Amino acid sequence: MAFVDFSAREIHCKIVYYGPGLGGKTKNLQYLHERTAPSRRGQLISLATPNERTLFFDFLPLDVGSLRGFQTRLHLYTVPGQVFYDAARRAILRGVDGIVFVADSQEARLAANFESIRNLEKNLREQGYEIADVPYVLQLNKRDLPSAMPADELARRLVIKGEPALEATAATGAGVFETMKAIARLVLLDLRKRRTPSGFSRATAAS
Amino acid sequence: MSPADLVLFEEDFRSLREILRRLRQESGASVVLLVDKNGQRITSVGDVEALDMTALASLTAGNVAATDGLARILGEREFSVLLHEGEKENIHVSIVAQRVILVVIFGDRSSLGLVRLRVRQAGAELERTFAEITQRMDREPVLHSGFEPLLAEITDEDIDRLFSE
Ligand SMILES: Nc1nc2c(ncn2[C@@H]2O[C@H](COP(=O)(O)OP(=O)(O)OP(=O)(O)O)[C@@H](O)[C@H]2O)c(=O)[nH]1
Ligand SMILES: [Mg+2]
Repeated sequence: MAFVDFSAREIHCKIVYYGPGLGGKTKNLQYLHERTAPSRRGQLISLATPNERTLFFDFLPLDVGSLRGFQTRLHLYTVPGQVFYDAARRAILRGVDGIVFVADSQEARLAANFESIRNLEKNLREQGYEIADVPYVLQLNKRDLPSAMPADELARRLVIKGEPALEATAATGAGVFETMKAIARLVLLDLRKRRTPSGFSRATAAS
Repeated sequence: MSPADLVLFEEDFRSLREILRRLRQESGASVVLLVDKNGQRITSVGDVEALDMTALASLTAGNVAATDGLARILGEREFSVLLHEGEKENIHVSIVAQRVILVVIFGDRSSLGLVRLRVRQAGAELERTFAEITQRMDREPVLHSGFEPLLAEITDEDIDRLFSE
C-alpha cells in the first residue's frame, strides 16, 4: 500500500524480494546498502538466524530521487525463503506494491524456484491480490555459477506473465541496481494509474 | 479501494497529533508514534530526532505481525498489548481500531501504570477519530478522489527520467 504524503511531498512504496532459500535475496539488499550513499539510504535491518539465514525479514529504505518534487522512497523487504517460514512470508507481503522474484539459476534449484512461485501466488491470493495485478520482476541470480542453466531456457520456464527477466550475480552486484530500478519503475507507473487513494494519504488540496 | 485503505486529510493529522501530544505529556513518555500495520509511520511526536523512526516503524509492525500469528495459533483475535521492558527504556505497543499501531516509548520519568492508563484514554479517542474518518469516507466518496489529479502531475516520462542517469 503506497503512502503518499502530499504536504511533505513524499511517496513511499513497499517492495518485497521473494524466492527460494539461499537464492540471494538478502545479498541483493546488502549490495544496494553497500553501494548507496548514506544520505540516500537508511539502516539495513536483518532479522536472521546465527548462520545468516533470514528468519523474519531484511529491511532497507532507499531514496531514488525526486518526481516533480515528490521525494520517492522505496521500502525494500526480503522474506525468508526456507519453506517452513511461511507465516513470516505472509506477514511481510502485507501492503506490498511490487515484487522481485529472485530465482536461483542452478539446475538443482529449479524445483525450488517453481515451488516458491506457487507459494507466492497462494500467499498473495490470501491477502486479496492476484499476481497478474501486482508489479513483478524476475531476477535470474547466480549467473556466475557453472551449474547455472542457460538464461533463456530458465526465463522461458519461470516467466509467468511476460514480466521483465534480468540476469544477475548478486555476489558481485551485477544486475542488482538494474533489478531495483526495473521494479521501482513498474511500481511507480502502477501507482500513477491508480484512480483512488490508497494507504494513508494526506490530501491537502481536497477542498 | 481495499478495506485497509484510509485517507487522512490535514485536519485529521492535526487531531491525531493533538491526541498523541496529550498522551505524551500526561504519561511522561519521550516518544509517541502511530504506525500502520504495513510498517509505515503515520505520525509521531516527541524526541524523534534521536531515533531511527523508519526502522522503528518497520520493526514494530513486524513485531505485531509475529504476535498476530501467535494469537491465531491460540485462537485469539489479537493480543492487544505488547510490552518490552529494558533497564532504562520501555516500549508499550497497542492496537487501535484493529488497524493502527500505537507505540509509546518511555523511561524512568514515567511508569507502566501511568502509561497503561493514559494509553487506554488516548486509545478510545483515537478510535473515535478513526471511526469518524471511516464514516466520512463512506459518506463523501467524492471528497476522497483528490489522489488522482494530484499524482497526475507526474508523467510516465518523469518516471523514466528518474532512472536514466
Ligand atoms: N555464487 C554466487 N553466490 C551467491 C550469489 N548471490 C548470493 N550468493 C550466496 O548465496 C548464499 C545465500 O544468499 P542469501 O542472500 O543469504 O540468500 P537468501 O535468498 O536471502 O536466503 P534465505 O534468507 O534463506 O531465504 C550466500 O552465501 C551468498 O553469498 C550469486 O549471485 N552467486
Ligand atoms: Mg535472506
